[in-house]
Amino acid sequence: MSALTPRPEKEQNLGFAGAERLQNPNSAIFTMARLTFREASRRWILWVALLMGLLFLGVFALGFHEIVQDVHRRAGTRPAAQESEIYNFMVMAGLYAVNFLTVMMAVLTSVDTLAGEIASGTIHTLVSKPVRRWEIVLGKWLGFAAMLLAYLLLMAGGVMGVVYLISGYTPPNALRGLVWMGFNALLLLSVSFMGGASLSTLANGVLVFGLYGVAFIGGWIEQFGSLLSNQTAINIGIVCSLILPSEALWRRAAYEMQSPLVTAIGFSPFYSSSVPSPLMLAYAALYLLAALGLALRQFQRRDL
Amino acid sequence: MSVAIETHALRKVFGGNVAVADLTLSVEQGEVFGFLGPNGAGKTTSIKMLLGLIAPTSGEGRLLGAALGDPRARQGVGFLPEHFRFHDWLTAREFLTLHADLYHMSREASQPRVEELLELVGLSAHAGQKLRQFSKGMLQRIGLAQALLNRPDVVILDEPTSGLDPVGRRLVRDIIKDLRQSGTTVFLNSHLLSEVEITCDRVAFIKHGEVLRVSPLKTLVEGELTVEVRARNLTPEIVAGLRRWSSNVRSDGESLSLTLPGEADLPAVNRYLVEQGADVFALRPQSISLEDLFIQIVGTDGGL
Repeated sequence: MSALTPRPEKEQNLGFAGAERLQNPNSAIFTMARLTFREASRRWILWVALLMGLLFLGVFALGFHEIVQDVHRRAGTRPAAQESEIYNFMVMAGLYAVNFLTVMMAVLTSVDTLAGEIASGTIHTLVSKPVRRWEIVLGKWLGFAAMLLAYLLLMAGGVMGVVYLISGYTPPNALRGLVWMGFNALLLLSVSFMGGASLSTLANGVLVFGLYGVAFIGGWIEQFGSLLSNQTAINIGIVCSLILPSEALWRRAAYEMQSPLVTAIGFSPFYSSSVPSPLMLAYAALYLLAALGLALRQFQRRDL
Repeated sequence: MSVAIETHALRKVFGGNVAVADLTLSVEQGEVFGFLGPNGAGKTTSIKMLLGLIAPTSGEGRLLGAALGDPRARQGVGFLPEHFRFHDWLTAREFLTLHADLYHMSREASQPRVEELLELVGLSAHAGQKLRQFSKGMLQRIGLAQALLNRPDVVILDEPTSGLDPVGRRLVRDIIKDLRQSGTTVFLNSHLLSEVEITCDRVAFIKHGEVLRVSPLKTLVEGELTVEVRARNLTPEIVAGLRRWSSNVRSDGESLSLTLPGEADLPAVNRYLVEQGADVFALRPQSISLEDLFIQIVGTDGGL
């Protein structure tokens, strides 16, 4: 059979030979997820992230080791209970940085994935295949989600591991804290997909970081408002969290993992005094689903 | 014979700009169909509507029996987009495997197919090379291979040869020829008229997003023709006698020029000249070129 002979099983309704496979869209979704992973690897994003992550953990381990040594040298001068407060502070400082890095990774790696493929025209060979557009978007989303969660696990797990190995300390509710941090990463990923389905790469970046900035400052306003018992400031913070519930998710994660003493005192740079309510968490879940849904819908509808 | 592509009053308006005003055409299975028009006539927009990349503002169409935009129709379609922009961090072999996956081909089916096509387009020696290192001609080859993976029933080529060297053009031409022999429908969007003249069965002329004329290439090019004759012993009587066939006879010594309604009259003219005692050295029909026709139909303003 020559290379150009059409399929031998030519039937009258030629176009429907693959209809059976289409009913099971998994293959296209996983093909796209794999492609996303491969792209991150080929373009060195994975490897640079891994290298920088290890550098971060190395610096954190060195610094933490030094502080633990110092604590032990002065062991006699303060009560032992204070030790775990110091360790908790260090874990939270590390996780605060990890949360920030994960948010950056979520946005920077995905900001270009739809907009860039549309601008360059590489999307044309993909969407002209017998696949549905939402399969392409969902596949990409899953690929990024898997990479982000792996990154978060490496970094947050690394911070907790370093602290445990050097001091034997583990923060309370570590797993629940990690879940909220992962949730936060997926939230920003979905927002970046939503923007990327209709905006250019740069406009999308400006949008997502702009929203993040509002959420970030809103979180601080709410913290101070809570400290000063100023209801108006708290309300401004809540409105910011409604605009993007990203900081709210971090503060929930921090609330889970901070030491009970700090919760009682009520204020610290990495801690949460104003705890996001379950209602806010449910809102964040809806927000994520809505952003992803809008991304799918917008990409489905737009002319390419 | 069944219909491969059918459109009725397809229209696309971007903002206030009419890109395609009224696209109504029908392409038979096994036909090589040329889609001609000046730059900006709406050729690429039309193709994108066929493939579901762009949603028509109004009108309807069917591709291999399925409504435009139905992914099932694309199972039997191969598409080479303009500009050959692909994921350039993939190797040639990975690129073809990716697109075979998107056609829902099993690995057992796709692996030999990929090698076969690499061979066909002459890239076997570069199969492991990244597309980033490919020249434009090589990208065109790998793009063509990608459009043939599924042994398509319809192949849609958007300006497949623009900006290519003669070797690349020859390859496209040969592949189109082979596709025709195997009964594959080819929809060729081009403004390179010599290509169309050599390869197409039927052509449509499009300008300002409207189909001006659809016609088999043979009748287009083989209509009225001018014949150049070189002969001695031409008497004024002989020349006058030629008016039986042609109203437009010009003679200048040994040279004669006359316009015939069709090729069929040529033998009679030749016989007449010989019987009247003229010594005929040459009798050359000058068929009207597609370029002249293009200018005639589309106009010299280039559709601006």
